[in-house]
Amino acid sequence: MALLALVPLAYVASYVVIIGPVDLWQLVARPRIAELLRNTVTLAVACMAATAVLGVALAVLVERTDLPGRRLWHGLLVAPLAVPAFVNGYAWVSLDRSINGFGGAFLVVTLSYYPLVYLPVVAMLRRLDPALEESAWSLGHSRTRTFRTVVLPQLRPALLGGALLVGLHLLAEFGALSLLRFPTFTTAIYDQYGSTFNGAAATAMAGVLVLLCLVLLLAELRLRGDRRYARVGRGAARSAVPLALGTWRWPLVATVGAVVVLAIGVPAFSLVRWLLVGTSTEFPLGELAQALVSTVVLALAGAVATTLAAIPVVWLAVRHRGWASTVIERSTYVANALPGIVVGLALVVASLRLVPVVYQTAGLLVAAYAILFLPRAVVTVRAGLEQAPVVLDDVAHGLGLGPLATARRVTLPLIAPSLGAGAALVFLAISTELTATLMLSPIGTSTLATEFWSASSELRYGAAAPYALLLVLVSIPATVLLMRTDSPATTAAVEERVPA
Amino acid sequence: MSSLTITGVTRSFGSTRAVDDVTLEVPHGSFTTVLGPSGCGKTTLLRLIAGFLVPESGTIAFGSTVVAGDGVRPMPPQTRRVGYVPQEGALFPHLDVAANIAFGLPRDERGTTGEDRVAEMLDLVELPRDFRDRRPDELSGGQQQRVALARSLAPAPAVVLLDEPFSSLDAGLRGSTARAVRRALQATNTTALLVTHDQNEALSLADQVAVMRGGRLVQSAPPSEVYLSPSDPQVAEFVGRAVVLPGTARGTRATCALGEVVLTAPAEGDVALMVRPEQVFVDLAHAEGVRGTVEEVSYYGHDCAVQVRLDEGTSVLARMAGVRHPVAGDPVHLRVTGLVRAYTSAGLP
Repeated sequence: MALLALVPLAYVASYVVIIGPVDLWQLVARPRIAELLRNTVTLAVACMAATAVLGVALAVLVERTDLPGRRLWHGLLVAPLAVPAFVNGYAWVSLDRSINGFGGAFLVVTLSYYPLVYLPVVAMLRRLDPALEESAWSLGHSRTRTFRTVVLPQLRPALLGGALLVGLHLLAEFGALSLLRFPTFTTAIYDQYGSTFNGAAATAMAGVLVLLCLVLLLAELRLRGDRRYARVGRGAARSAVPLALGTWRWPLVATVGAVVVLAIGVPAFSLVRWLLVGTSTEFPLGELAQALVSTVVLALAGAVATTLAAIPVVWLAVRHRGWASTVIERSTYVANALPGIVVGLALVVASLRLVPVVYQTAGLLVAAYAILFLPRAVVTVRAGLEQAPVVLDDVAHGLGLGPLATARRVTLPLIAPSLGAGAALVFLAISTELTATLMLSPIGTSTLATEFWSASSELRYGAAAPYALLLVLVSIPATVLLMRTDSPATTAAVEERVPA
Repeated sequence: MSSLTITGVTRSFGSTRAVDDVTLEVPHGSFTTVLGPSGCGKTTLLRLIAGFLVPESGTIAFGSTVVAGDGVRPMPPQTRRVGYVPQEGALFPHLDVAANIAFGLPRDERGTTGEDRVAEMLDLVELPRDFRDRRPDELSGGQQQRVALARSLAPAPAVVLLDEPFSSLDAGLRGSTARAVRRALQATNTTALLVTHDQNEALSLADQVAVMRGGRLVQSAPPSEVYLSPSDPQVAEFVGRAVVLPGTARGTRATCALGEVVLTAPAEGDVALMVRPEQVFVDLAHAEGVRGTVEEVSYYGHDCAVQVRLDEGTSVLARMAGVRHPVAGDPVHLRVTGLVRAYTSAGLP
């Protein structure tokens, strides 16, 4: 399974080797590539900075101050996760066509992705031991200085992890940026692939994209350093005393409210408007049902395959720790840094060259889903298996049970909830996946995402609305799951820098 | 139930000998504690007996059955019939108390007979019968340990192995849980081995205390013998507090900084003398014994530890009842009561 996860990387690497440095340089050193590089990097840096500031500020306001209605705000601030970025892009651009280019892309992507920073920072703030802050106060530090010198350094892994996720999502983002007409590597690869089927140019760009992803991963590892951040010792930490906002109270409520209005109010308004008044709006129940059914079937197959694949990886990583099992586990994460477009492209080429029979089959699409979403299943299942300590197996052996009976009566019942949660997360991720689905879905298969895409990219905004609504509806359960910051998925997201 | 015989067992991890040529006999129905500091190999010894590890040499036998040893294919843990009670109990979190206790019973016994067995086991570990439907997270630490013991005893194991079972409990709970565990083991006449780093636990629970150090077994004897006649001064200092003083022996008597003392066994020449602090009598009123000045007093209520600097310079710890005690700076006189163990330099490790 880990090998399958490495197919896309192997594909890009082998391509680079085969084509040779001279031809590669000719493909890469073009003004078009320079423009794409500038666009991609500028947008990534700007968005990572903006989401970092917004995410931390909102998290601190909700977690550490007496902001009125904190629980409600928390729910509303996480809600944008239920709106896929491409649906958000559609909502904005269909309201006002002038929202495009860098400004539009920056606005929409920041509003879509800030929860990726907000959520882990909130989880980290809840886990911090207030005794640390109390110690700093007792040593004469002011609240501001304590925040800067004690709290902020501890938020670093969550903040960096969140910002890294924003960067990776951004590098992989196709739908929203395409609708907002802001070309980046991902949109360019798709155009190249779709219009001319120019494998060489597309692959060269994919190579640059993969490099950018790796640069991000390495930068994050480097910045994070080796320091230990986690709270030492177990037991419930007390919650911190909230900071009184005083006269700033209502202006800050208005600010948080404005973020919520922009992040979910506008998309909701746009969607409802298109549903009610769109000239192209129709409710073809047959087609909707068909798209929903094929989405559900594909997502189910992908969820089962991905979760089953995660079990041996996790088993080795947790129960047989060693460099080999770590390499296997980590290699599955590499795919996490690979955009769906690269995975799609790699599987198209690999299947056509090596096993043409599987090209354009549902099986290949399911394999792509497994590569893309294996890390989510791995972190969730891993959290579960960590809860089933090996000492329970020892006890069961002592009580006369062999390895199989122990797995059946002890381990499986204990990890069943996390297997379920992992499968659910993968299911929901697949049902809103756009890029790989567009490239790999068998001819004649339409999913919610592909139907939405064909309508909205042809500017039939009304026709896209029912699909957009269904896409939002299927995203809600995962978002609710994530809102519980103590859930294994969120913990995993904080610790493993994986989108849960 | 059967006796447990360990003969010359060795096990290494890399270049470290975790268990080094250990020989120990645990008689049928008796309770032995293995006492040692952390990292001394005691948990490794337990895991070797349970079958989670295989010894490199030596044999382990339950009664007349060799379960691991030279030339014998090691019996897997699930066929050894050991009851294993790990730290913090390790109850199966997805099962209630009754299902935990009945876990090791054969399938056909888990029904009605199993229910009787569960009730019997709950009685044995002194828990109310209505605990049977509780989930592990609804139990206190001490209750969890009792259920873990009940679970290990239910299938009538050959040997019960307890791995620091009380270390996670607070002081008050530790004593009562330990006593309940000992009563349950005695009632079922179970052969049991408990590893611990807590000397009080080791001394108060067991019929036999086996002291481990650096992978080796340095002494195994009844608790009073280990305390009063430790095999060397290091054991003396590990099992309780000890005052070790240089002295000169002549037959059954020796002289040291605390004056003349009577020895447990005759010795000659330079010796190290081991005196327990409670053997050092602190005389507040009379001027009898060796003179010194109180440096520090640690008051515990029932008794207190008094650190005294003798006039000739040696510092000595004494323990006295807490009813009437000196304060720092008081002049006192010390003398030794009872017999003193002497170690000749040849006997020192």
